[in-house]
Amino acid sequence: MVVSSRSSMPPRLSTTICSFNFTGNIAGPLNPSGVEKLIASKMMLPGSNRRIHSVHRHAGMAVAGLAADGRQIVARAKSEARSYESVYGEAVPVKELSERVASYVHLCTLYWWLRPFGCGVILGGYDRDGPQLYMIEPSGISYRYFGAAIGKGKQAAKTEIEKLKLSEMTCKEGVIEVAKIIYKLHDEAKDKAFELEMSWICEESKREHQKVPDDLLEEAKTAAKTALEEMDAD
Amino acid sequence: MDLNLDAPHSMGTTIIGVTYNGGVILGADSRTSTGMYVANRASDKITQLTDNVYVCRSGSAADSQVVSDYVRYFLHQHTIQLGQPATVKVSANLIRMLAYNNKNMLQTGLIVGGWDKYEGGKIYGIPLGGTVVEQPFAIGGSGSSYLYGFFDQAWKENMTKEEAEQLVVKAVSLAIARDGASGGVVRTVIINSEGVTRNFYPGDKLQLWHEELEPQNSLLDILNAAGPEPMAM
Repeated sequence: MVVSSRSSMPPRLSTTICSFNFTGNIAGPLNPSGVEKLIASKMMLPGSNRRIHSVHRHAGMAVAGLAADGRQIVARAKSEARSYESVYGEAVPVKELSERVASYVHLCTLYWWLRPFGCGVILGGYDRDGPQLYMIEPSGISYRYFGAAIGKGKQAAKTEIEKLKLSEMTCKEGVIEVAKIIYKLHDEAKDKAFELEMSWICEESKREHQKVPDDLLEEAKTAAKTALEEMDAD
Repeated sequence: MDLNLDAPHSMGTTIIGVTYNGGVILGADSRTSTGMYVANRASDKITQLTDNVYVCRSGSAADSQVVSDYVRYFLHQHTIQLGQPATVKVSANLIRMLAYNNKNMLQTGLIVGGWDKYEGGKIYGIPLGGTVVEQPFAIGGSGSSYLYGFFDQAWKENMTKEEAEQLVVKAVSLAIARDGASGGVVRTVIINSEGVTRNFYPGDKLQLWHEELEPQNSLLDILNAAGPEPMAM
């Protein structure tokens, strides 16, 4: 993916998002997600340029690409989740939601007067069948994953994810691993500073989509930095 | 006496749904009346919505049929989209949506019962206004008035399948004895993880109640008895 590091052009797919979904043995099934947000300007307040959005109590979406396009997709997902619940009286199953969102994204590839969405989305949710992770690409394809990454460093991120033993991890370990991967992928020389945004859905978060608590986030960042230093030291 | 054959078909009815340890049992009588005339003495008031969810219908025959048909159609599409059987809760919610939004035009009380892999056996009562109430057992129809006290006494949690079915048949049969708008046969549907079983209890094989029984030690025996024999001379 082409990356423009000058902030005169809107950043295109410049952020890397990495998430996994699995059944941990100790703390139960879960879904941590992390986003590497390149900071466009030192004037920006930390916490701005949100990339992870809650779609419903039990589901959240991380966006990589044109932020404005991502906004549309999130709005559509929220609306679909709401309308499903008002008709069927239960929280929308994650599979159904991802199919509806994918269908909408695909729609925009069918007509000459519409342009395709300029962003990909990772949708994580927790329903009756446990935690699930889906990725929806601008083509309208949607697949279920145990580990997924989109954005600039997605290839390297995917390689890192494949090294992990997902079925044996707990909630907290997952959060720390995501942070480690994102820190590892960030190229100090080429890119500017970045901010790490993380969210999770697990038993500990009462099966609701939430920002990772501050103390755990700090713990994850420290662990990631330490892991990097150990690597450099070799 | 005016039969009023132009009156809309109404199912006076007694309908019951109970949960037991492993599933649900739905029961109903079989009388459909048009005024005082019994239009159908063997109707089937327990209608299928999906493989695992059935509904007992009461009130206006037409209204309850149309609502069931719509919901069966919606559930069919929902099942295709979801890729797995619809849950009882969703079925109940779709019925409720139609019942509530058309409350001014409809006159039908329904009891939705079924089994799904997430919640097991569940019963939802949807009376006239369109409320949905999840209950361990539900009764409805004109005949149900006579069963409130009976269930208060006879209902218990976690019955076996046999106990629960006996309870349902006994209850419908008691209601039929007292309610003029209920009669005919007793039909039951048992839904659990293994599937669906339909049973049929003919009206003349049902247990007799109270005044239907042969009198025992009644004064009438004395009156009917033959007079004293004349003495032999």
